[in-house]
Amino acid sequence: MLLDRTDLSPEEFQSLTGWEIKPEGACKGETCVPLASADFDAVSTAERLGMAVVEEPGSPLWALGPESIGGRALTNTDTADFALPDLDGNEFRLSSLHGQKVLLLAWAPY
Amino acid sequence: MREELHPQGFEVVDVCLEMGGAEIARLYVDEAHSTHPSLLDESHAMDARFGVTNIPQAIWIDEAGQIVRPPEPATCPPRGETAEGIVKMIGDGAFREKYAARLRDWVANGAESRYALSPEDVIARSRPRSPKVSQAAAHFEMAQHLWRLQGLSERALVHFNAAHELQPDNITYKRQAYSVVGVERSDDTERGRFRQAPEEGEDWPFISDFNRDLLAHDPKLAEKLGLS
Repeated sequence: MLLDRTDLSPEEFQSLTGWEIKPEGACKGETCVPLASADFDAVSTAERLGMAVVEEPGSPLWALGPESIGGRALTNTDTADFALPDLDGNEFRLSSLHGQKVLLLAWAPY
Repeated sequence: MREELHPQGFEVVDVCLEMGGAEIARLYVDEAHSTHPSLLDESHAMDARFGVTNIPQAIWIDEAGQIVRPPEPATCPPRGETAEGIVKMIGDGAFREKYAARLRDWVANGAESRYALSPEDVIARSRPRSPKVSQAAAHFEMAQHLWRLQGLSERALVHFNAAHELQPDNITYKRQAYSVVGVERSDDTERGRFRQAPEEGEDWPFISDFNRDLLAHDPKLAEKLGLS
């Protein structure tokens, strides 16, 4: 995801990444990762979770990569949070198909 | 396939990994006259979120929204004659039949199907993700953002090439970038989108191309296709 600043609050960090900042560390589901400092810092927290932080020099622009601490692309099997726009630009949430089996197919015209 | 299985509570959702926008996807989607949802993924979030690395790849998701098979090569053709031709070229008839049979088995038997994996297996069979892969995703997202603002600028190229170098087996990061050059340099936009390598002597802005990759990884196939 793209950011125009990195001085995020713990709440902003959670809404972007799903990781909640608690006294025991950064937590998602049953996993808690201890953090080095009690003072929250988005960049060092992201790095602790194996999320790359790529800065574009000369502009207030950062790209945050996905977490890699689990060593696998998937850390759980839940897709409830996943959404993309349809071709008219309307948000489509996968959770709207609950109750059906879904084949999510990636394709491209190249 | 979708029409056959839809009455049994099955749906296809296709996701077009194309940073050039919905109009490009629509060229193919409209041609296919399909009735299932078609989504657009401009930043290749499917790669970052699920570990998609090539197309066509599919993920199986059960009625509770839980993945039962992680991204893996699929045979369902994308859209229309042009794209379908490409899939036929790389596809294999026996694999297509086998994939369809597995899908039917899962739709009929759900969690009892031997093709539905446990959550542990789904995670274990998803792609490896190192810090480098995370960096590649961040660079690719930056690249497509800068490309949209600036076109194929020097900075956009830096980020595209970083993504290609950090995750060399991510084919969508590569082919997406190559297609941009192909479209820019071709009178025939549709053909340009399939550009995978430079012509002889052509200045090529990327650190990789399909021909060189194939020569390195599968010299026999490269020879068969007449590459050198």
